Amino acid sequence: MSASSIFNLIQTALELGLISSITVLALFLSYSMLNVCDLSTDGCFTLGAAVGAVVALSGHPYLAIIAAMLAGILSGLITSFLQTKMGINSLLSGIIVNTALYSVNIAIMGNSSQLNLNKAETVFTKMKDFIAGTALAEQYKLITLIIVVAIVIVFLVIFLKTRLGLAIRATGDNPDMVKSSSINPVFTTIIGLCIASAFTALSGCLLAQSQKAVNIDIGSGMVTIALASLLIGNVFSSKGKIGIRAVCAVVGSVIFRLVYTVALRFNMPAFMLKFVSAVIVVIAISAPYIKSQIPMIKRKLLHRKGE
Amino acid sequence: MLKINNISKTFNPHTVNEHLALDKLSLDVKDGDFITIIGANGAGKSTLFNAISGSFFTDEGTILLDGIDITLMSEHKRAKMIGRLFQDPMRGSAPNMSVEENLALASGKGGWLSRISNSDRNILKDKIALLDMGLENRLNQPVGLLSGGQRQALTLMMATINPPKLLLLDEHTAALDPSAAEKVLAITKSIVEEKRITCLMITHNMQSALELGNRTIMMNRGKIIYDVEGEERKRLTVRDLLEKFHEAAGKELDNDRMLLS
Repeated sequence: MSASSIFNLIQTALELGLISSITVLALFLSYSMLNVCDLSTDGCFTLGAAVGAVVALSGHPYLAIIAAMLAGILSGLITSFLQTKMGINSLLSGIIVNTALYSVNIAIMGNSSQLNLNKAETVFTKMKDFIAGTALAEQYKLITLIIVVAIVIVFLVIFLKTRLGLAIRATGDNPDMVKSSSINPVFTTIIGLCIASAFTALSGCLLAQSQKAVNIDIGSGMVTIALASLLIGNVFSSKGKIGIRAVCAVVGSVIFRLVYTVALRFNMPAFMLKFVSAVIVVIAISAPYIKSQIPMIKRKLLHRKGE
Repeated sequence: MLKINNISKTFNPHTVNEHLALDKLSLDVKDGDFITIIGANGAGKSTLFNAISGSFFTDEGTILLDGIDITLMSEHKRAKMIGRLFQDPMRGSAPNMSVEENLALASGKGGWLSRISNSDRNILKDKIALLDMGLENRLNQPVGLLSGGQRQALTLMMATINPPKLLLLDEHTAALDPSAAEKVLAITKSIVEEKRITCLMITHNMQSALELGNRTIMMNRGKIIYDVEGEERKRLTVRDLLEKFHEAAGKELDNDRMLLS
């Protein structure tokens, strides 16, 4: 295998890692901060891709990003409305919205399950034109993505230190305390989920524009992949400053893609991606629990021997 | 100040577990009162606090605070006027957020998008220094690292940083070790006196029920069965209180017997 093809593989892994890292940052907000597992993530990711693709096809690649994020906010609004105002369990409301979005997404793509963006201008082709002729011209996708991810991280770091951001973090930490600070936890949950969904949709929009195609399955399994990435990132910094934790979430996402790329090189079939992400999530979430049980298991074994 | 009029609350209505937790209870609290509340487990003391602070809505009756009808006001809106501390020191603060962030949220200063400024930080630092627990040097540490006593003192500071009209203390020192309990109680007294906050305090300690405050009420089966203040209260001993307690319990037994016969 030549050096350039290895380089290409790494580059693609970095790009995909950065694109999904925005979904990871969305989960960082909803799962780590707000303590809500938002299962509408898959559908919302596809929603962003579909809306972004349709708007990009009409010749507005930048507007596509804004439109995708607005669609994400709307989706987040519905999910949070169901769980805070309609008495539907938070996991269930995510699943319900996810299911409904399947139909919505096909409708958005004009009754089709896929769209081709080959001829459309995207934010990436804009960047390509912008830096054409410079030394970095080949890395136009990476540069675009690094800029977007940096903006998202900076936004999160600033936002989570504002009063609203603090209230959102407190809602996940101790809702009683939020209420006694005269803040309505319903309000903070809605805002948090809307922002998270906007990021998820942005992530989907970028993937569609990057691979110049959307299909209805583009987001399937995204929530597990993103969760796996988030938990890999947590290994480096589960506590500590918000900014560091956000950067670690992105690093986790990139590592996940790199490991996946390596696994593919060792002839792991591509369809195993989702299985691997599921295993990672199981290990990462259950490990602390199992670790805490080990002393008890040891004691039980000794107890049995003693008999 | 606080006017509670004939409030009732039944839990699990129309089931075998139906339980009348508050039974047409009325209470009139005067401005500046410090009332201690005693009663056996299940007498309805905490339920009364839940009703006042809005954890649930009462089935009937009205609650007025300072002339405002709060009967159907949501919990977080009432929290502007009512501060509350629980027995569990973990309940009042967010463990993964820093001391400073907890205080800043409770202080409620600034708009949604405002950040903690340096001047805010200095004000918070001066306030927390008043607790004399060394918390002013731990502003950036997560609250989860503090001891129970420190956390309860912090919660007290958070609840009174904007002096509420009414402070509800639900055995807030019962889960602390004796020296921490004493300290938190001393801080409570000084804050309540200094800011002239009207206060209701549930306690299991009969001695402090009589020593603290200016009025004592005893609850049983969702009702106030004894209400004492002024000269009569000054002459009261713990033994007297216990007698009242048994008197009430005895009557209850008689009632039960009547029901059975």
